[in-house]
Amino acid sequence: MSISYDMYQEQILDHYKHPRNKGPLAGASKNARDSNPLCGDEVVLHLKVDGSDRIAEVKFEGQGCAISQASASMLTTIVKGMPLAEAGGLGRDAVLKKLGIPLSAVRLKCALLSLHVLKLAIGQKADVGT
Amino acid sequence: MAKPAKVLLNVPAIKADFPILQRTVRDKRLVYLDSAATSQKPKQVIDATSDFYSRYNANVHRAIYELGEESTREYEGAREKVAAFIQAKSAMEIVFTKSTTESINVVAYGYGLKGKIEKGDEILGTVMEHHSNHVPWHFVKDHKGAVLKYVDVNDDGTLKMEQYDALLTNRTKIVTVTLCSNVLGTINPVKEIAKRAHEVGAICVVDAAQAAPHMPIDVQSLDADFLAFSGHKMLGPTGIGVLYGKPDLLEATEPLLGGGEMIREVHLGWAKWNDVPYKFEGGTPNIAGAIGLGVAVDYLTTIGMDAVRGHEMEVTEYALEKLARLKGVQTYGPRDVTKRAGVVSFTIDGAHPHDIASILDVEGICVRSGHHCAQPLMERFNLPATARASFYVYNDLDDVDALVAGIKKVQEVFA
Repeated sequence: MSISYDMYQEQILDHYKHPRNKGPLAGASKNARDSNPLCGDEVVLHLKVDGSDRIAEVKFEGQGCAISQASASMLTTIVKGMPLAEAGGLGRDAVLKKLGIPLSAVRLKCALLSLHVLKLAIGQKADVGT
Repeated sequence: MAKPAKVLLNVPAIKADFPILQRTVRDKRLVYLDSAATSQKPKQVIDATSDFYSRYNANVHRAIYELGEESTREYEGAREKVAAFIQAKSAMEIVFTKSTTESINVVAYGYGLKGKIEKGDEILGTVMEHHSNHVPWHFVKDHKGAVLKYVDVNDDGTLKMEQYDALLTNRTKIVTVTLCSNVLGTINPVKEIAKRAHEVGAICVVDAAQAAPHMPIDVQSLDADFLAFSGHKMLGPTGIGVLYGKPDLLEATEPLLGGGEMIREVHLGWAKWNDVPYKFEGGTPNIAGAIGLGVAVDYLTTIGMDAVRGHEMEVTEYALEKLARLKGVQTYGPRDVTKRAGVVSFTIDGAHPHDIASILDVEGICVRSGHHCAQPLMERFNLPATARASFYVYNDLDDVDALVAGIKKVQEVFA
């Protein structure tokens, strides 16, 4: 198996075909959307924050390639229940580690789109370094 | 014009001329199916550009010495070749630019924005245009108050000609249309479109970026007023493009770039421009690029554009037939290869085009994925993206077979 086939290992295909926390979220307090102009990948994130500034609920919507959508699904599982401040401090390695695959520069943009949208939702304009 | 026959070219002999096609990708044979984005270059073109730098590099139209004579002769010779390639009456109707994009911008700025277009004048385009034939006209709308209107496409990828007739009025000043869609492959009836545009007093601007490399073009028969294409999609170097224009219209068009080369005399505060086409070629031009394009034109002319078109019809027919047999695979654009070029957009159920391209890449197959710089068209078909295979003189039926095998691999991964 070459590097690129590894890109589509079981875990990623599982998140792509059976996304976690996908759909709208009524009463979400923080929402953001962005797209990848190169390929049209789109991710929308909805966050519901509780009284102690924790991400009580998180949902994503979107369309795009397996890498962008699987990474969005994975990201929701990472941040669910996480204090907002901690989620705001997440770096790209958190997502890339979870994906666990080597990515080309172009595909890195797909992988990090959801993290970028998370930062937008939290109100940071942080560059996630894509 | 003779009707091109569906006959395959001698592809092994052609492939031998393309150094890049001798390489492998991850130990796999390179199957290059992205010529609609940029074509590969034969060694004749590569050698011609390198020959310019090694033997007679000098600026054009200035130097008195021998090298400058040679470079000017070759640069102007390329202009002659390009004129003959599209049946222009004179080389003076050929402007060298850097790309199709720049060519269309020259018209949008020089004829539209700085020239003839007034508030309320209508510019009629189509939804199947490449972004480079959309955005320059947005500028004219934004700065001059021109009204932009668009002809829609039918589900089979052909233009709604009855809608074209309905939208065309005496308010229409410019009709701008692609001769061949870079997504659907549709070949538009530009001769008819131009004729009807002229009947209401409009000019017809033709984007030939996908057509000039793949089929015979006769600007006189089309009666195109302006026609734009790029060198790099037709075996030539990047950074060289062409704008053809009718002489009176080129005269009426203001230059986009001011500077050296484009002037006759310059004084403090004012200048007199050079003649057409030089007034559009401000700054030192892409001399090596133009010379390389001239050699690309020689290469294509030697094969014969009817033969190029016939070959691509045959390869496209084979590809459409093979893809139609794959369950879960959709192709877009006209089914009849006499009405389309060798650009085949496709989607696979359950697999995003980006993932299709990634998996095909593992097999050494280069296809494009995305919106192909035609977002309005993708919206029309309600598609976020497609994968696209496009063919040229160096592709044969084996390349199509490799694509089909690759698509089956994609389907296995996403089963």
